[in-house]
Amino acid sequence: MDTMFVRGLKRKCFDGEEDIEGTLAGIKAVPSYNLQRQSLLDMSLVKLQLCHMLVEPNLCRSVLIANTVRQIQEEMTQDGTWQMINAQNTGQASLDRLVSTDILCRSSGDQAEGKHVPAYGTFNKDFESDQAQDGSETMSTASSVQAPRNLQSNMWEEMENPQENKGNFQKSLDQIFETLENKSPNSVEDLFSEVDNSYYDLDTMLTGMMTNTKMGHCDSLETFSSPTNTASNSNCKSDLNDLDHIVEILVES
Amino acid sequence: FLPLILMCSNLSDIISTVEFNHTGELLATGDKGGRVVIFQREPESKNEPYNQGEYNVYSTFQSHEPEFDYLKSLEIEEKINKIKWLPQQNAAHSLLSTNDKTIKLWKITERDKRPEGYNLKDEEGKLKDLSTVTSLQVPVLKPMDLMVEVTPRRIFANGHTYHVNSISVNSDCETYMSADDLRINLWHLAITDRSFNIVDIKPANMEDLTEVITASEFHPHHCNLFVYSSSKGSLRLCDMRASALCDKHSKLYEEPEDPSNRSFFSEIISSVSDVKFSHSGRYMLTRDYLTVKVWDLNMETKPVETYQVHDYLRSKLCSLYENDCIFDKFECAWNGSDSVIMTGAYNNFFRMFDRNTKRDVTLEASRESSKPRAILKPRRVCVGGKRRKDDISVDSLDFTKKILHTAWHPTENIIAIAATNNLYIFQDKVNSEMH
Repeated sequence: MDTMFVRGLKRKCFDGEEDIEGTLAGIKAVPSYNLQRQSLLDMSLVKLQLCHMLVEPNLCRSVLIANTVRQIQEEMTQDGTWQMINAQNTGQASLDRLVSTDILCRSSGDQAEGKHVPAYGTFNKDFESDQAQDGSETMSTASSVQAPRNLQSNMWEEMENPQENKGNFQKSLDQIFETLENKSPNSVEDLFSEVDNSYYDLDTMLTGMMTNTKMGHCDSLETFSSPTNTASNSNCKSDLNDLDHIVEILVES
Repeated sequence: FLPLILMCSNLSDIISTVEFNHTGELLATGDKGGRVVIFQREPESKNEPYNQGEYNVYSTFQSHEPEFDYLKSLEIEEKINKIKWLPQQNAAHSLLSTNDKTIKLWKITERDKRPEGYNLKDEEGKLKDLSTVTSLQVPVLKPMDLMVEVTPRRIFANGHTYHVNSISVNSDCETYMSADDLRINLWHLAITDRSFNIVDIKPANMEDLTEVITASEFHPHHCNLFVYSSSKGSLRLCDMRASALCDKHSKLYEEPEDPSNRSFFSEIISSVSDVKFSHSGRYMLTRDYLTVKVWDLNMETKPVETYQVHDYLRSKLCSLYENDCIFDKFECAWNGSDSVIMTGAYNNFFRMFDRNTKRDVTLEASRESSKPRAILKPRRVCVGGKRRKDDISVDSLDFTKKILHTAWHPTENIIAIAATNNLYIFQDKVNSEMH
C-alpha cells in the first residue's frame, strides 16, 4: 500500500487544496473505484466515437452509452472528483490504455505487474462491491488514465463563460446526437490528436464530434488538439471557483 | 416438453428473424443479406410417418437490397429486421418484411396446374400451323410441378427516419404499425403513400434524447390497443381511440429499480429488447438483458413473474459492455397455451420456463450435440462451487454464439431456433410419437 501512495504523489488530485494526510485513508480505498469509473467513462467515450461508420449507428446503443456517460459524470461531480483532474499531459500512456480496452476482462492474475493495463482486470470483481484492490496494479494505470481526463478538464478550464460551460459539458454527448442527426463530413477536431501515429488506424474512426452548425463552440475543443495549457492549469485553486460555478449550473439542470 | 431435433438447416447468411404463420404450416426466416426463406411443414402421411412434421424449403426470395442514402452518405442495410405474416384470407399467403427503412408486402401464391390443349398454340407456346387444326378443344388444367411465386404487392417506403425495429399487424387485418427508435407509424395495408404517426418521442432538441423505442406490438384482440417498450425498461400501453397522437400512454408499466443492485449498467440491462402479448391478450412478456418478465395488463407497478435467464452474467457486465454484448437484443416467445415461455441466451443456449410448474430448462442448439431425432439434453451453467460432469463454466461460454431469434408454433410444441446461420426446428417427442 505504501508503494501505491508513493506513485500517487504524481497525481495532482490530492495536492493543493486537499489535506493529504487527512485523506490518506480515503485515498487507499477510493482510487480503485475512481479509476474503474474513469476507465468506464473513457471506454464509453471511445465507444461513442467509434460509431461513425458507413452504416448509421445504432441509436439505442448510442443513447444507452451516452446515458452511462452522463451518470458517471454526474456522480463524479457529486463526488467532487472533477477537481482531481490534473494538468499533466500523458498522451503516450493513453495510447496504451485505449488499445487495451479491446481486451476482454481478465482476472488480475493474468496481468503483469507494471504494465499499462486498464483496471478492468479487477473491474468485474471489485467494481460493484467497491473493495480496495491491489494498489500497485491500479496505480500503475493512474498516470495513464490522466490523459483522457485532461482533455475534458482542458475543455472546462479554458472557458470563461459559465453559460458556455454548461453547454460544453453536454457537448460531447450533444454532438454525438447532432452528428447522428445530420451526418456530414466533419472537420476533424481529433480528441486524441496528441496520440502518436501508430494509433491512427483507430483515428480514422475517431472523427471529430463537431458538426458545422456547432462551429460556435469550436473554440473550446481547440484545447484538445493543443498541448496542455499549463499556465491556466498550474494553479488548481483559481480554477476551483470556476468549476464550482459550473457544477452548480449542472446540478440545477 | 422434451424436445427432439427435427431438422437443422444451414442457411447462407446470418438469420435475423424467424416467424411462424398463423397456422404454423409455414415458417419464414429473414437474413442479413435481405433474403427470405420460407419453410413448409410436410403434411401427415401414413406412408412415411417419420417424415411428417418436417419443414422443407418452400420458397426463397430476395426481399430487400442494400441501398445508399445519398443525403446522409450512409448505407441502408438490407438485413431483414422483422417478418410478420398476415392472416390468410384466400389461397395466397402474405407477409410483411422490413429492413431498417422500408416495409414490403409480399404475396406468395402456388401454381400447381397449368392449362393444356390450346387451340392456337402448341405445347411450347409456338403458334400452330392453322391448317393442322381440324377441331376445337377446350383447354384443361393439368397438374404440374408445384411452383411458388412471390410478388411484391406493396412497398411502404419513406415512412421512417430512424431504424425500424418492429412491425405488427392489427387484429383488424387492415392496418399495421411500424416502429423505429423514436416514432411509430400506422399504415393501411392497401395504401403506401400515407401513414399516420401515432407515437413520437423525439425531443425538440436531440441533445435531450435519453430514451428510445425498442419494440412494439398490437394487442391480439383489441384493435385499438398497442404496447411499446423503451430503452429505460418501461412499457406503455396506448389506446388509439384516446387521441390521434398516442404520446400519452393509457398505462405505464414500470418496475422500480432495486437499489441494492444498482450499478452504472443498471439502465442498459433494464432496456427491453422484446415485448410480446400472450395469445390470450391478458399478459405481456418482456425480455431485458438478464431476465424475462410476465406482466399482467391490469398491474402497472411490477411484473407478475420474473425469470432469470442468465443471472451469472451479472458479475460480468463490465466485459460484456466492453465487447458490446450487453447491447444484444434477445427475443422471447410464448407457447400456444401461454403456459411456457422461451428465450435465447449465449453459447447457443436457449431457455424455457414453465409458468405453472415453475421449472425451467436450458438447452443447446448445436450440430455437435444433436443427432437427428435425438432428444436434447438439458445443459447447465455452473458458477463455481460444485461442478457436474457436463456443466459449462461461465468463463467458457461462447458469447459469439447467441440465440437472439426464436419462435414457437402457434398451437403445437414445435419451436424454431436461429443460431447464427443455422435454423433448428425442435419438436416435442411426445407430440411426434402420437402420429
